This record gives sequence, structure tokens and C-alpha cells, in this order.
Amino acid sequence: MSDTILTAENLTRHYSVKGGLMRPDATVRALDGASFSLRPGSTLAVVGESGCGKSTLARVVTMIEPATSGRLTIGGKEIGPNGAKGDRDLRAMVQIVFQDPYGSLNPRQTIGQTLMEPLLLNRPEIGKADREKRAREMLLMVGLRNEHFDRYPHMFSGGQRQRVAVARALMLDPKILVLDEPVSALDLSIQSQILNLLVDLQERLDLAYLFISHDLSVVSHFADELMVMYLGRPVETGPLKDVYAHPRHPYTRALFSATPVADPRRKRNRIKLEGELPSPMAVPPGCPFNPRCWKATDECRQSFPEYTGGRHSYACFHPLAKDELPRAETQA
Amino acid sequence: MALLEIRNLSVEFETVSGAFRAVDGIDISVDRGDLMAIVGESGSGKSVSMLAVMGLLPWTATITADRMEFNGHDLRTLSGRARRKIIGRDLSMIFQEPMSSLNPCFTVGYQIRETLRLHTSLDRKARQTRAIELMEQVGIPAPEKRLSAFPHQMSGGMSQRAMIAMALACEPKLLIADEPTTALDVTIQAQILELLTDLQDRTGMALILITHDMGVVAETVKRVAVQYAGQKVEEQQVEALFDDPHHPYTAALLSALPERSQDRFLPTIPGVVPGQFDRPQGCLFSPRCQFADARCRAVQPQKASAELGYALCHYPLLHGEPQGKEASA
Repeated sequence: MSDTILTAENLTRHYSVKGGLMRPDATVRALDGASFSLRPGSTLAVVGESGCGKSTLARVVTMIEPATSGRLTIGGKEIGPNGAKGDRDLRAMVQIVFQDPYGSLNPRQTIGQTLMEPLLLNRPEIGKADREKRAREMLLMVGLRNEHFDRYPHMFSGGQRQRVAVARALMLDPKILVLDEPVSALDLSIQSQILNLLVDLQERLDLAYLFISHDLSVVSHFADELMVMYLGRPVETGPLKDVYAHPRHPYTRALFSATPVADPRRKRNRIKLEGELPSPMAVPPGCPFNPRCWKATDECRQSFPEYTGGRHSYACFHPLAKDELPRAETQA
Repeated sequence: MALLEIRNLSVEFETVSGAFRAVDGIDISVDRGDLMAIVGESGSGKSVSMLAVMGLLPWTATITADRMEFNGHDLRTLSGRARRKIIGRDLSMIFQEPMSSLNPCFTVGYQIRETLRLHTSLDRKARQTRAIELMEQVGIPAPEKRLSAFPHQMSGGMSQRAMIAMALACEPKLLIADEPTTALDVTIQAQILELLTDLQDRTGMALILITHDMGVVAETVKRVAVQYAGQKVEEQQVEALFDDPHHPYTAALLSALPERSQDRFLPTIPGVVPGQFDRPQGCLFSPRCQFADARCRAVQPQKASAELGYALCHYPLLHGEPQGKEASA
């Protein structure tokens, strides 16, 4: 598509872990072949449990770390092994908001300083007065007030701090915003304020969001596209509505059914997954989900399935039929 | 008689900048086999009130209550020695962070057997058998092997199961679970919640679940108490609470749930939970409440009737409409 702003093909990030006396060297396949694209004004949500590679994906996309292999194209430029080093325009293009608004703001900088720093570093040609003017405008944009400019982070609540973090990310006029669990550290009544802010900013600035979360209820409200990951691999990707209406991958189905829904009358038919998440250092061969899957066969234990289906793609040898009743469910 | 009976419990902390009231006049009553939840945001006093019951608060806390009884014991006057006899045996608690609540220096087996050694007359061999039995009960595979594992060798879900096994060792009459699944992934959360309700069902113990997750509440418990800024603002059966919340705070909280919203913009609650220095005069929720008037801001509300969910509000809602407003206006 012509209007994509970011394309990732087969993005991979491996870490090598030095062995010890009794332990051989090992490779952690934190991210193992992710392909997706981002378009202005729309949101791709990445969901999965811990160790599924969500945060590694965020680090690779923000060019904090280079990919081990695969292609990443942002705004028409292919990202080389040096990442965004020496290319400030590229750096300005992708910005990130972190999960913990208490840890991600410098306690010794005023809000004003925090907001002006990205300009100071990346746009040194902008004068002091102009820099301050832009920072003050940004404060208003994220729903804070002018008098907050000279205050320090400890004087703010979690929700306000997260607004500051969003404002800082927007200072360089990015096209892509990576949101790494932006509301999971916030209380429910504050969470909705921040989500509304993000929706509003997206509409006004035509931003592309990469929204990383483990909370499906937030995602289902917010996203246009959904990518479900398991142990470093996307297992199912597609338009949110399609994936919700008909999850094809057993893991997606299990994840949906395990997510609590705030409706006491809803008939519960949880799929009870056996076992634990394997360690990313010892990913099972074949499809990584096979030890916990109720449909697994020998085929699943030997090779990773190809991605099939067009826009709604999934990697499974035994995709679920619509309204198929899984064995695990009938047992429970 | 109720298993746990608390009337007008308040907890104040001595801080450098004066006294801070974390829990403000809370009533809780739990029967045998009860399954209830206490929900609230951070700072609502839900954990502190339960820690007060357990006697686990630091010396800076002052606990006052008109009544605080568990299973016939008056918890206000109980000596430390007598309290330790009850805690771990009839009354036990599991905490949010399984990783930091287990002692890293001892094996899981040692820690489970320790409970049994202190509270039962079982001999060494019987304790080991019981520990294996407990590990099986909470769904840990290969329990004999796992008993000799140290906490750092187990995953979060496993550690939480071990914590639960420890809490259940003496078949408590009441189990308090403080955010038992917040640190865990959803598929593991589903396993743990199922395990807790299953055990509650089988052994007939009472369970108090402390949480902030409305989804967990809806799927797990029968009765819900909602707390806000240290006060209990509403208590109802779970279906009734979700159908027709009587306190404006509960109503606002439920409508802010992303999955209940049809619109792209969510309904929000303006402002933040009051802290130590900005506690309002009248109703604590009045600065954020869409129905508040002058009376709400000046006069502290009284509890409403049981039909209105004991809502701590001047104008409790009925089907979304505030009641009694015209009469006073």
C-alpha cells in the first residue's frame, strides 16, 4: 500500500547469552520473524503474555536496537544496522511512551525542561524562545495547563505524568508513536482519560500507533488491527473485528477466553490451558504453542506452520473453524 | 454469627506531615463459605483494611474499631502470641507479588512445612506427605521434586501456587487474597482464579478477594464491596452491582470500562482520588461527581438502605437516576 509509513518484514531479534561453567552459550529468540505495516491514523495493537517479544518489538521499531535480520522500512527509508544513528529526521519519526510514568521522567528536570530536551538535542537550530513556545503549546495539547511548565514530576499524579510523557514524545512531530503499555500502571478512572487523549491526538495529528498491551479490553476498544504474539512469533494478525469474530489460532482463542469480562451474567467457557509459558531460551521446536495446545499433532511438533490467509493471517496447521467447540472447553 | 465481623474500622497513619486516614469507618461482615470482593483504585484503603485484620500493619498505624471479631476472637485486644496461633491456621492471606512474598533463602517445601510444624501436631513424615498433597491440590506437576526448589527456580504462576498451598496448609476458615493475579499473565490468571473458587467451593472456606479489576470481580465472586478513598461507598450482590450501581462512583467506574463503551471516546471521571491534603469537606467523591450539589460538598452522607446497596451518598442512584434530589432542593 502506498500510504504505509512503516513496513516490517520478517523482523528478528536474537540475543546471545553467555554460558557459564556448566552451561553452554544460548540464544534467546526474543523476536522471531514479525511482519506487519503501520498506516497513518490507525492503530496496530500487539498483544501477548510476558516473554512474547512485545517489548523487544518496541525496541527494534524505535531503533533503540538493531534487528538481527529482516527488513524494516520507515517512511520509505530502509533501516540499516546503524539504526537511526546520525539521522535525526529518522529518529524524530518514531517516538515512544513507556509503561511507567514514575520511572520514565527525570525527577530533577522540570516539565518544561523535559519537553524541551528533545528539541535541544535534535533541532538545535530552533532558538530558545521558540523552543519554549512549542513546549507550552504541547502542554495545552495534552490537557495540562500553562502553570505546570515549571513544576517537577513529583508534583503530578500518575495520569498527569503520563500526559507529560505523551507530550514529550510528540515534541519532535513524529509520525509513529510506540505505546508500550501506556495505561497499565494507571487506575481505571485515569485510564479512560489517557485513552481518550490518545484517540484525540491520533485524529488531530494523523499518527500511526503501535499499541503494545496485555489488556484485551483496552485493545478491543482502541485498535484497528491486532497482532497476537506467542514466544517471539506473531501467531495471528488481522483487522481487529475479524480476529475477534473468528479467531483462527488456538492461542488467540485461549487468550480471549481467559480474559475476564466485566459481565457477571456472561456464560463462562474458559479454555483452560495446561502448563506454563516455556522460557524464551528454550522455545519448543515446531509451533511454539504445541505443548499447551489441545489440537497439537506430530506435524506441529516438527515444523512451524506457514502464514496463511490474506489480511487476516495466521500460522496454524489446524485453524479453528467458526464457532468450533474446542475439546478443552467441553471438558471444563 | 458471622465469621468475620468488623464495625466502623478506621486506620490512621502517623506521617511527618500529620495524621493520614487510610481507612475511614468501614464495616465488613463475612459468613462461612462467603465469596466476596473488595474493589477500589489505589489509595482506596482496600489492602490496608485487610492488613489491619491480619495485624500486619507497622507501628505507625493506629487502628480503631467498634467491633473487630474473627471466629469469636476479639482482634482488637488479642495478644501477639494468641494472634499468631490464629493467623496461618484459621485465617490466612496471599499477596500480590508471589516473587517477593516467598523467602528466597529457603526451599518452597521448607516454607510449606513450617506452617504445618507451627500449627499442627503432624510429625515430620506426615508433614512431608501433607505438603505433597497440597502441591498436588494447587496443580503443581511433580510435587516431590518441586518441594525442594527455591523460589527463584519457579515461575510467577508456580510461586503464586506455592503461596496458595502455604495459605491453605491448615485449611483456613477465611482466606484473604490481595490482588493474587495482578502480577500474572491472563492465561495463568485464569488458572489461579479457577483454583481459588474451586477450593472455596470444595472446602467451604470464605474468600475475600481484593482487586481493582472489574472483569475478575464479575467472573469470580458473589458479593462486592466498593471502596473509595478509604470509605466503603457501596455493597451489593455482583449481578445487581453491574446491572444497577447505586453510588455515582460505582456507576462512573463501570461506564469507564473500555469494553462497555460503544463510542470511540470513553466516559471519564474528571480529577483524581483525593490525597492526604485535599480531602474534601462533605462527600469525598463530590468534586468528581456529576450529580453533586452544595449539600454534597458540605455534609457527609449517611449510608442508604440495603435496597440501595448501602450507598454512601445523599442521592443514591436508582436505574441511573439520583433519588431524593427534588425533595431537598
